Amino acid sequence: MTRKILRINMTDLTATYEDIPEKWAKWAGRGLTTAIVYDEVDPSVHPLGPNNKLVIAPGWVSGTPAAPSSGRTSFGGKSPLTGTIKESNSGGLSSQKLGRLGIAAIILEGQPKDGKWYYIHIDKDGVTFHDASDLLGKGMEEVDRIMWERHPNEPAVIGIGPVGEHLSANAGISVNDPENNPGRYAGRGGLGAVMGARHVKAIVVDDKGGPGVEIKNKELFTQGRRKLTKAILAHDITKPDGGLNLYGTDVLMNIINEAGGLPTRNFSSGQFEGAAKISGEMIHEMVEKRQAGMTGHACHPGCVIQCSNIYPGPDGSIIASPIEYETAFALGANCGIDDLDFVAYLTKECNDLGLDTIEMGNTLAIAMEAGLIEFGDKVGALALMEEIRKDTPLGRILASGVATTARVFGVHRVPVVKGQSMPAYEPRAIKGIGFTYATSTMGADHTSGYTIAPEILGTGQKVDPFTYEGKAELSLAFQATTAFIDSTGYCLFIAFPILDIQEGFEGMVESVAGVMGWDIGPNDVVELGKEILKMERLFNERAGFNKEHDRMPEFMRYEPLPPHNVVWDVPDEELDKVYAWVHEG
Amino acid sequence: MRVEVRLFATLRRYVPDLQVGEALTLEVPEGTTPRDLLAQLGIPPDDVKIIMRNGRHIGLDDPLADGDRIAFIPAVGGG
Ligand code: SF4
Repeated sequence: MTRKILRINMTDLTATYEDIPEKWAKWAGRGLTTAIVYDEVDPSVHPLGPNNKLVIAPGWVSGTPAAPSSGRTSFGGKSPLTGTIKESNSGGLSSQKLGRLGIAAIILEGQPKDGKWYYIHIDKDGVTFHDASDLLGKGMEEVDRIMWERHPNEPAVIGIGPVGEHLSANAGISVNDPENNPGRYAGRGGLGAVMGARHVKAIVVDDKGGPGVEIKNKELFTQGRRKLTKAILAHDITKPDGGLNLYGTDVLMNIINEAGGLPTRNFSSGQFEGAAKISGEMIHEMVEKRQAGMTGHACHPGCVIQCSNIYPGPDGSIIASPIEYETAFALGANCGIDDLDFVAYLTKECNDLGLDTIEMGNTLAIAMEAGLIEFGDKVGALALMEEIRKDTPLGRILASGVATTARVFGVHRVPVVKGQSMPAYEPRAIKGIGFTYATSTMGADHTSGYTIAPEILGTGQKVDPFTYEGKAELSLAFQATTAFIDSTGYCLFIAFPILDIQEGFEGMVESVAGVMGWDIGPNDVVELGKEILKMERLFNERAGFNKEHDRMPEFMRYEPLPPHNVVWDVPDEELDKVYAWVHEG
Repeated sequence: MRVEVRLFATLRRYVPDLQVGEALTLEVPEGTTPRDLLAQLGIPPDDVKIIMRNGRHIGLDDPLADGDRIAFIPAVGGG
């Protein structure tokens, strides 16, 4: 079956399957969410108003048989946190199921006239709308459980917690994992509030009996997926019992700390004395010692890397899944908290309430800097999360993210770009990632141009993290390649093997070309990625963003970061090189 | 001279008693290099992807100085 667009209009509660117009036909994943938002959402709309849309798209290869680690779902819209276009993607069950139902994208638009809340069920027979009033106020753990009780075939549940209902700017979108835990998040940029503004609490996707993904050139697809799988299984980072599989993404904690680039206590130091206690090695040790939980967990069926984990508490009961490097940095190091159990308790709260863990941890750090509680006060941090659960005015402020909280409490050290706070790499000590934070179409974001691979990890190539020469080109190359990978449905972590193993890179491209019936090769990746970036950049320009928004927070320019005592010393003209091509030629 | 050595991720297997976050303090002769340290610890250099001295990348054969903080890191990634 050829792919269809599923348009769900909440104003009149209708769902229609539309043919994909020619202009979108080549896209999937991020490319498709971006193309649709670019065409259908006026950049000047209010992100929470009636005219914003939420677009949900599986990647090119999602749902195909045995494409490795290909269950990523892209979510797009205009972001309430940044005011820019946004694509945030997530693992979990949804991508493969949408792909197998033949759905290229869901466009969720409008607002119910009666002001009621709904949840939506999608299967091979179509779409049904259900009253969600009994789900209101419930956390995602309960929502996932209830949806599996009510609907057969262990469906995907895409949902928002209470903060999404409140339209808070740090509301993420949860996707359940194979154990029906709500830990997989399209967290960044507040898209949960965009879903909440449509009055949709959850979207349940059951693919049983679905037509499956059409593969135009099966031979090429099979050849591609084999090459890619081989590269993933051979590479030291992604192979079974390799660093990612054993220790998860939090294997980076000790290493970035060693490099002096671990943001600590609201970005005041690049090293945290408690890093080892919240590292991936420690997660692994706790799982062994407590004989509960697991490492090497897959966030969706068919992931061969399996970087996720399920973290157990002292009594062996499960606290949260997963503890990622980003989570442990934001809720740990950046808050001065060195207790892994508390990092897990805070993660559980975020996952249940529907919050992005990066933005939430960084917000708690702002609250600490403002003196609401002390740095390192883990009990106090949980008490602040309770304010969000109780929906107090303070809770509302905290659920709005770093920039808002800093403004309310008079904090001037605010690590944000375009309203979105920085992830777990200090740009003063690792300059290339600063180029990505400053210029990304998404606000400060590491995944959109992960120069850490060559700057710290020596993957692909090795470059000096402390210099800025050549970093504009490096960041752009990563941003463009990432925009492509974000469209495939493959997890971004396939980037590690394919940066080093050319055959793996070819395999990724061939598997996509096989699905789509295309004749493209590795050299087309950057150009296709740049087409996506260009739409995003133009949307942002029309929303009022210009190069003056591609800048680092002021305090990073004058405040030396220990232990290397470096400042952000990159000239603005260097940053402006990254997107200069958009208006050339 | 004395150097402080840290082993991360899979490399900790070579010194099984080393706790997470614990550093080894080694007494070594002047001119010792990371390659010498690896030989002393029984770690194959091929297993090591990154070497850091005081938070900066160095090579296998760069001479070390008294008081250096050295980290050996295998191939790792995340995000
Ligand atoms: S590598 Fe990790 S994040 Fe990526 S798909 Fe697999 S389990 Fe999910």
